[in-house]
Amino acid sequence: MNEWIEFISNNLEITYILILAIFVGVEVIKHIPAVLHTPLMSGANALSGVVVVGAILVMLHSDPKNYFALTLGFIAVVLGILNVVGGFTVTGRMLKMFKKKN
Amino acid sequence: MSISLSLIYLAATIAFIIGLKKMGHPATAKNGNLIAAAGMALAIAGTIFIHDLQVPTSIYILIGMAILIGSAIGGWMAIKVKMTKMPELVSLFNGFGGASAALIGLVEFSRGGGDKMITTTIVSGIIIGAITFSGSLIAWGKLNGSVKSVIKIPYHNTVNNLFLVGIIAFAFFIVTAGASNEVLVFGLLAGGLIYGILFVLPIGGADMPVVISLLNSLTGIAAAITGILYSNMVMLIGGILVGSAGIILTVAMCKGMNRTLGAVIFGTFGATDSVAGTNKTLGTIKKTNPSDSAIMLNYATNVIIVPGYGLAVAQAQHIIHELEELLTKKGVNVKYAIHPVAGRMPGHMNVLLAESNVDYSLLLEMEDINPQFKNTDVVLVVGANDVVNPAAHNDPSSPIYGMPILDVENAKHIIVNKRTMNAGYAGIENELFYNDKTVMLFGDAKDALTSLVSELKNM
Repeated sequence: MNEWIEFISNNLEITYILILAIFVGVEVIKHIPAVLHTPLMSGANALSGVVVVGAILVMLHSDPKNYFALTLGFIAVVLGILNVVGGFTVTGRMLKMFKKKN
Repeated sequence: MSISLSLIYLAATIAFIIGLKKMGHPATAKNGNLIAAAGMALAIAGTIFIHDLQVPTSIYILIGMAILIGSAIGGWMAIKVKMTKMPELVSLFNGFGGASAALIGLVEFSRGGGDKMITTTIVSGIIIGAITFSGSLIAWGKLNGSVKSVIKIPYHNTVNNLFLVGIIAFAFFIVTAGASNEVLVFGLLAGGLIYGILFVLPIGGADMPVVISLLNSLTGIAAAITGILYSNMVMLIGGILVGSAGIILTVAMCKGMNRTLGAVIFGTFGATDSVAGTNKTLGTIKKTNPSDSAIMLNYATNVIIVPGYGLAVAQAQHIIHELEELLTKKGVNVKYAIHPVAGRMPGHMNVLLAESNVDYSLLLEMEDINPQFKNTDVVLVVGANDVVNPAAHNDPSSPIYGMPILDVENAKHIIVNKRTMNAGYAGIENELFYNDKTVMLFGDAKDALTSLVSELKNM
């Protein structure tokens, strides 16, 4: 338990950012018309692909002979970028159709 | 971390927040998506090129290959998918994001040497990533029909909750014992995967949107946890934004379906095998045909169309738009009533109708359209069932009692297009179909609407 408290006090900045980001997320999403729920869910899903940054870091930190790390890192990058590119593309396709006729 | 990378991450984070904000309004949503995507490209490029590590070229080539392969497959899937298959694709992509998080955790665990806090983040990343991966795959399978119906596990809530407690206890053991044996962490991975399956499997198809939204939120949390592991701000904030946004969306959907989030996670979620209403005599139904329906619509002043999942299944979004245009040309005032959970995802109907160029100002949400039903001559219900079931108002024993519905029964006449008399996803009878004002137009939505349109053209 002490180690966790120590971690928090050593990383106060991260703790603050974490809490503030939760509120930003809630505020940004509140009051969104139901019309946009599906594209928004899809867009948020694309954003969660930010995990690919971690997958790239795994590969950058890998010893070229550490095949376990490299293989898993490779798959993680493929899956993460798939989430990002597929997610933004599909969201873009949905949103392209929202147009008001005159 | 170098100053330039920090600045790039800062710019990416701002792009995420502005992008999400802009996605909240129909007029700016497209730009919002582009801004968020640009932020993501910036964060990825910065991560690859700005660091002071000695990285051999072979690893750069591998990263480049992985990015090319993933982008090509993801882009291809996103371009190829049909609008009606959108929800399951989102679920699939979400599963991939979760898998990525779990794999990162596995590698980082194998590197070992961390303190308890680091091990905590690693094991949580593995568990959450694994749950999202297998859960999303099951949700995907359920939506596309490859995982059939509701599979009932006896006492599934108790089993699931015990299983989850078991996984957490096991993770706690790994952290506190400082265990470094990789077999243990693979056990944890397997536990997460099994729990994901157990969690989603007993849930009915109608409740899938809530599940997908919840799993989406979990992927965000997994990304944020990985961000803590690397003290990486863009992952941390991006992940948390998705996590909290996903929870808000989930709550909004639960409200639409009259469920609480607690009931979703731990309760009797989706297990609506009640037989409420079936033992009542509901009277008889009246069948109609396309030409009689066309006459009703032709001589109406105000018409409201209520689309549901049946419209999506039959791919009838283009023909319904044709019908709406035809009626408008004949001087009929036509609008669409969109229930928040019609279809398989909130906003599913909007996306589908937008695909066929329906003006979105004609799509009215439940609160705005409900007072208008009493002045409506004809309501045309296409493939919707539970969202127009009056039992939600007047049958306290019904599982959907209290759920906000579209008050179509207030209209003067109701035409219901349905393939058969089978109950809706919630598995309950709908007395609307037995109402004196209701006529049933049986058949596939596309076929029925096509005949309606050709009848109308001849008038």
